[in-house]
Amino acid sequence: MVVSPSPHIHSGDTIQKNMYGVLIALIPAFLVALYVFRLNALIITALAVLFCVGFEYLIVKYLMKKTPTVLDGSAIITGVLLAFNVPSNLPVWILALGCLFAIGVVKLSFGGLGNNIFNPAIAGRIFLLISFPAQMTVWPAPETAGAVDAVSSATILGNLKTNPELLPSLQTMFLGIEAGSLGEMSALALLLGFCWLLWKKIITWHIPIAIMGTVIIFTGILYLFNPIPLYHPLIHLFSGGLMLGAIFMATDYVTSPMTKKGMLIYGAGIGFITMAIRLWGAYPEGVSFAILLMNAFTPLINNYTTPKRFGEVVKHG
Amino acid sequence: MLKTFRIGGIHPKDQKISAGSAIQPIAIPNQVIIPLGQHIGAPCQPVVKKGDTVKVGTLIGKAVGFVSANIHSSVSGTVLKIDRSVDASGYRRDAIFIKVEGDEWEESIDRSPDLKKECTLSSKDILDKIAAAGIVGMGGATFPTHVKLTPPPGLTPEILIINGVECEPWLTSDHRLMLEKTEEIMVGITIVMKALNVDKAIIGIENNKKDAIGKFAEYTKNYPGISIQALKVQYPQGGEKQLIDALTGRQVPSGALPISVGAVVQNVGTILAIYEAVQKNKPLVERVITVTGKDVKQPCNILSRLGIPVAILIDMAGGLPETTGKIVSGGPMMGKALATMDVPVTKGTSGILIIPTLEAKRKAMKDCIRCAKCVSICPMGLNPTLLMNLTEFEVWDGAEKQRITDCIECGSCSYTCPADRPLLDYIRLGKSKVNTIIRARKTNA
Repeated sequence: MVVSPSPHIHSGDTIQKNMYGVLIALIPAFLVALYVFRLNALIITALAVLFCVGFEYLIVKYLMKKTPTVLDGSAIITGVLLAFNVPSNLPVWILALGCLFAIGVVKLSFGGLGNNIFNPAIAGRIFLLISFPAQMTVWPAPETAGAVDAVSSATILGNLKTNPELLPSLQTMFLGIEAGSLGEMSALALLLGFCWLLWKKIITWHIPIAIMGTVIIFTGILYLFNPIPLYHPLIHLFSGGLMLGAIFMATDYVTSPMTKKGMLIYGAGIGFITMAIRLWGAYPEGVSFAILLMNAFTPLINNYTTPKRFGEVVKHG
Repeated sequence: MLKTFRIGGIHPKDQKISAGSAIQPIAIPNQVIIPLGQHIGAPCQPVVKKGDTVKVGTLIGKAVGFVSANIHSSVSGTVLKIDRSVDASGYRRDAIFIKVEGDEWEESIDRSPDLKKECTLSSKDILDKIAAAGIVGMGGATFPTHVKLTPPPGLTPEILIINGVECEPWLTSDHRLMLEKTEEIMVGITIVMKALNVDKAIIGIENNKKDAIGKFAEYTKNYPGISIQALKVQYPQGGEKQLIDALTGRQVPSGALPISVGAVVQNVGTILAIYEAVQKNKPLVERVITVTGKDVKQPCNILSRLGIPVAILIDMAGGLPETTGKIVSGGPMMGKALATMDVPVTKGTSGILIIPTLEAKRKAMKDCIRCAKCVSICPMGLNPTLLMNLTEFEVWDGAEKQRITDCIECGSCSYTCPADRPLLDYIRLGKSKVNTIIRARKTNA
């Protein structure tokens, strides 16, 4: 007979359930990407997943000499998220390099899932952005808009500073037929994924809402004084990688804080840095940099925030 | 809206399959083994010797010191020996072995089923009777009841809280007691209110026991000062601090006793034992025990004499299933796994849970993915994964600062962890180490 300390039952929750739950939440955004970029979206996403899973398997088995853990789903998520963060016509060898960096350097050199400091997909994207700035910032125009060949097109955020008259309507941004990276197209699709994650209790609302709230307040104040498109809160909310980053990348368990208070601070930090880069920086987009920077602050935030202790809650009765 | 506690909490499936089974008495076997330590505090001093004849209710072990509780014979017969025997904790401890002959009770005990409502005793007499009867907290904590009902100097109880929560999955013994002994429990509450000199009592029952809530609601009309409150189902609501928070909105500060916010909590089973002791002169010699589990043939609630081996109760529930992988004394969240079926039932045995082999073993632990689910569900507002790390690396001052001693060992963290990490195992170790350090510091100071 088995003798072990209590508890004697388990919720049945597993790492896999959480990871595959995230993948399910990414389906709406993937469908939009398929609609906008057709076959290219499928090819890029499938290859990125293949590269990430393949590299993880090979490195864990032959370099680390451990049992490969690719089935936990985290490498698949890294692949999908990295694919969602690149243009749909990115050369395959560049994509492969990005996956190798994300999995090999950012994730496995720290010990694998649970031990990495930075989000692998975010770090992979930034690695590509600063190594291959040309290929990473040329976006094909949405195919459904008429241009069949990969004609380069500026993104909303690219136009925001220089050509505000070229901006699409807010509704278009919300639904997501626009130029940009694969998975950041449709705010609506990403919000659907957010609802699923909340319903399944895979994440809590704190980080995404703190990020979005900070962006709205930040731009809202500027917009009150100077109502130009550059300061329009909803344009910033619905464009670029904000939704994708806030819902799927900033909420990465491993690299985000553990307390509710910490999550709010972390989210506010990401929102603030994103807007500082978007408005005053050299890059049109700053979500990835903001998340990467705040990843670095996570241990500090964890150290300085504690959960709400029992006995510290104010009386109500 | 239903009340509940405000920090953390989990929702395991309640699995109360034995709830419909009425309490049935047990057939007394040929021999019982009555451990001398069935409570928190010093074990009893035996007051019988080999060859003595005893009746049901005869004092056989006398309390040693203030935090201790008397033990009485649960059967009539002859004392065989005083020897060591394995108890639920797995240790061999002193116990009195009694050979059963007939079923003769002490004459002073009133065994009639009549309800006796009036109690003219003074507060002190009530406490003396409770102490004499050897009553301890029957929810499982087994803290001597007369001690709990004696407030430390300077603190005044304001409210009595009755714990009818039974938040452990599978267990139904308190539920059956509340249905079958409702008015006895009501009278017991009035007695404890008198002993504490409080005029207000709240019975807290989770909403998955609507029949018990309804039954008490009928009676509370005739008992001024006693009210009933339905609670939202959430584990660990039966924890003292959680229940006080749920019912009164008061939170017991870190390291303090419930009395510091004016509350005294008693379990319904304890209340019934108090009624029987004060009104019927009956010491604590039997209790209701749920025997249940997924493959158990007849899940049931048994009124068992103390000292009967677990094996006999399992036989009453249809025998040990072939699939058995683990036998737990108590509930699945906080119960103790038994090493053998020879362990006798004691004052704190609320249930016997039989877990199939497939569910008996834990899965291998994976690296923490820092999902923070343990942080969200901890009902004490602690960070379990941090406490586990601090214990693993023996950072005792850090663990103390992170309030490891606040842990109530409810098991919610280990239950929840998607990486199957044994959080509570480590925290228990760390907590006991930190408590030792704190005690040493106090002695040296």
